[in-house]
Amino acid sequence: MIKSIEYISLLIIPLFILFTVLYGTLKKVRVYDSFVAGAKEGPAIILKIFPYLLTIFVAIKGFQASGAFDYLRDAFYGVFSFLHIPIEAVSMAIIKPLSGSASTALFVDIVKTTGPDSMATHMSAIIMGSAETTFYVLAVYLGAVSIKKTRYLVPVCLISDFIGILVAVMVTRWFF
Amino acid sequence: MNVLWLIMLCVSIVFAIFTGHLEAFTTSIFDGAKAAVEVSLYLLGIVSVWMGITRILEDSGLIYRIAHLFKPLICRLFKNIPDDHPSITAITLNVLANLFGLGNAATPLGIQAMQDLDELNQDKGTITPEMMTFIVINTASIQLIPFSVIGILATYGNHNPAAVVFPVLIATAISTMTALLVLAAFRRIFR
Repeated sequence: MIKSIEYISLLIIPLFILFTVLYGTLKKVRVYDSFVAGAKEGPAIILKIFPYLLTIFVAIKGFQASGAFDYLRDAFYGVFSFLHIPIEAVSMAIIKPLSGSASTALFVDIVKTTGPDSMATHMSAIIMGSAETTFYVLAVYLGAVSIKKTRYLVPVCLISDFIGILVAVMVTRWFF
Repeated sequence: MNVLWLIMLCVSIVFAIFTGHLEAFTTSIFDGAKAAVEVSLYLLGIVSVWMGITRILEDSGLIYRIAHLFKPLICRLFKNIPDDHPSITAITLNVLANLFGLGNAATPLGIQAMQDLDELNQDKGTITPEMMTFIVINTASIQLIPFSVIGILATYGNHNPAAVVFPVLIATAISTMTALLVLAAFRRIFR
């Protein structure tokens, strides 16, 4: 099942591109020239996003390196151990909104240390699959249109992240 | 964002001083800068490719056809998008890419969607309700198949890696709905 779905997902992008260029040609579009004209817009967009990305990355890396991240995790640990949630899953819940690559590294570490079929592994897997790198998305998407006034967006995202993680924990309990 | 950034930096520096991680903190600032450059360069490539494809979609008129097809669905969530607006296509494709866990494709599509939504923005620099809905859907992330997770589980000998698919689907569906409800509640309060 998974294999065939995986194959379909591999097919999506190539087929989409094939369809686009064939349809364009059929509609008498000079596809090469169109593509080049579109691609020219790329650098301007990235130049706009870059300062936002840099700003958020500096804050996140600093937060991790200063020991503040570990302290936050330990503070949460008390609450979560009371609810019988593995410490590894707590780390995952905190790191996933901050950094995609760090959460992948952490996940591999959890699988290695607690075993591939442990509760900590399953819970982290569900959190990993269901949470998003919120700060990265915020920096990139807001940067793309130079939004400065975000109104109540950030609190909504943070509350949603928290609820999302609680849901992930409950769902894991229910399935494993 | 301003408050959050300020708090993160101040807390980090105070912690670095008290826990003796000052050197690590300074190094991490430059690490962050380096990571931002690396991610931007990577984005430069994939965003440009997507922009090229989008231009073909626009020139051939296909983008408006796709937009028209998904109009009824998107309209329920995004109230102020006019008929046949290109943002509908970008939003639809972004949600589909997220659904299949195609992160590489989802980001440029999301950027495109934000730019299209900004065309409808009367007060540039201030976020619109449509943009908020779109970002919340993205950060709550509905996912059908978490390929990277399954891949890692399989590599390290999990007895049934595919078992996470259904729980993830349930968890993301519930969390996306809750996220939209939270957003709706805030919208009422801060009208």
